[in-house]
Amino acid sequence: MTDGVRIERGPEDEAKEDPADCEETVHRLYHFLDGELTEERRHAIRAHLDGCGDCFDALGFEAELRRVIADRCKDRVPANLRDRIAEAINHEQQAER
Amino acid sequence: MASLAVVADQARFVDDAMQYMPSLYTAAMRMTRNNADAEDLVQETYLKAYRAYGGFKEGTNLKAWLYRILTNTFINAYRAKKRRPDESDIEDVEDLYLYRRLGGLAGASAGRSAEDQVLEGITEDEVKEAIESLPEAFRIAVLLADVEGFSYKEIAEIMDVPIGTVMSRLHRGRRALQKALGEFGLERGLVEAHPR
Repeated sequence: MTDGVRIERGPEDEAKEDPADCEETVHRLYHFLDGELTEERRHAIRAHLDGCGDCFDALGFEAELRRVIADRCKDRVPANLRDRIAEAINHEQQAER
Repeated sequence: MASLAVVADQARFVDDAMQYMPSLYTAAMRMTRNNADAEDLVQETYLKAYRAYGGFKEGTNLKAWLYRILTNTFINAYRAKKRRPDESDIEDVEDLYLYRRLGGLAGASAGRSAEDQVLEGITEDEVKEAIESLPEAFRIAVLLADVEGFSYKEIAEIMDVPIGTVMSRLHRGRRALQKALGEFGLERGLVEAHPR
């Protein structure tokens, strides 16, 4: 069927041979969200999430929590800070001449 | 074909770098925990960056470069005072700490899930206080990852530590952050004290 052509096994194929369970998925949730897993484990965990409602829901919550944290960690920049910095750099430029 | 790294033009520093000032200020606020020191830290960061800008390679990550200067400046201020930044260990908190404690609703509103109630209820002050409650080594790692979105590799370069250290600090820091947020939720009856 393959006519002697060697079929490359990709990460997705490797993942099928080593499926992820709930324990691994929960433990590696952050690595998954961070995009820092190997391609093979990412496939394995994604496959698990496709079939596990509990883990899928947990992932949804953690992703949303992270978005909330980033969103609400904001400060009003003091009105004169930009000017202060520009002035300090300007002063530095003058001194360099 | 080899590409030439173009050395950045100091005269364009303000144009190139000022856009990051609001996020650098936020990071400085979480590090120093007060406005006066945060402003000083940001100003000193920009001055140092300006002076070093001639050596910055255009096309590389300017934001990460600025954050490295900010973080170094903050940490060096401790060395100057002969103190070490707080690297004290924090207790290990379980996975899905908050998620497992949802559902302690006092007077649940119809149509809103436990998740939504907790997430919507988290205030800006609570997020900031929770982040600031972490020891500095963990606090900075969490800031860089979860607020600023840097990769593990970028965080390792910014903090000048191995990637393994970054992962370990994020692992514990994020969980400690959830526990701190959980304390606020507990007070308001939105979060349970014990897992379901």
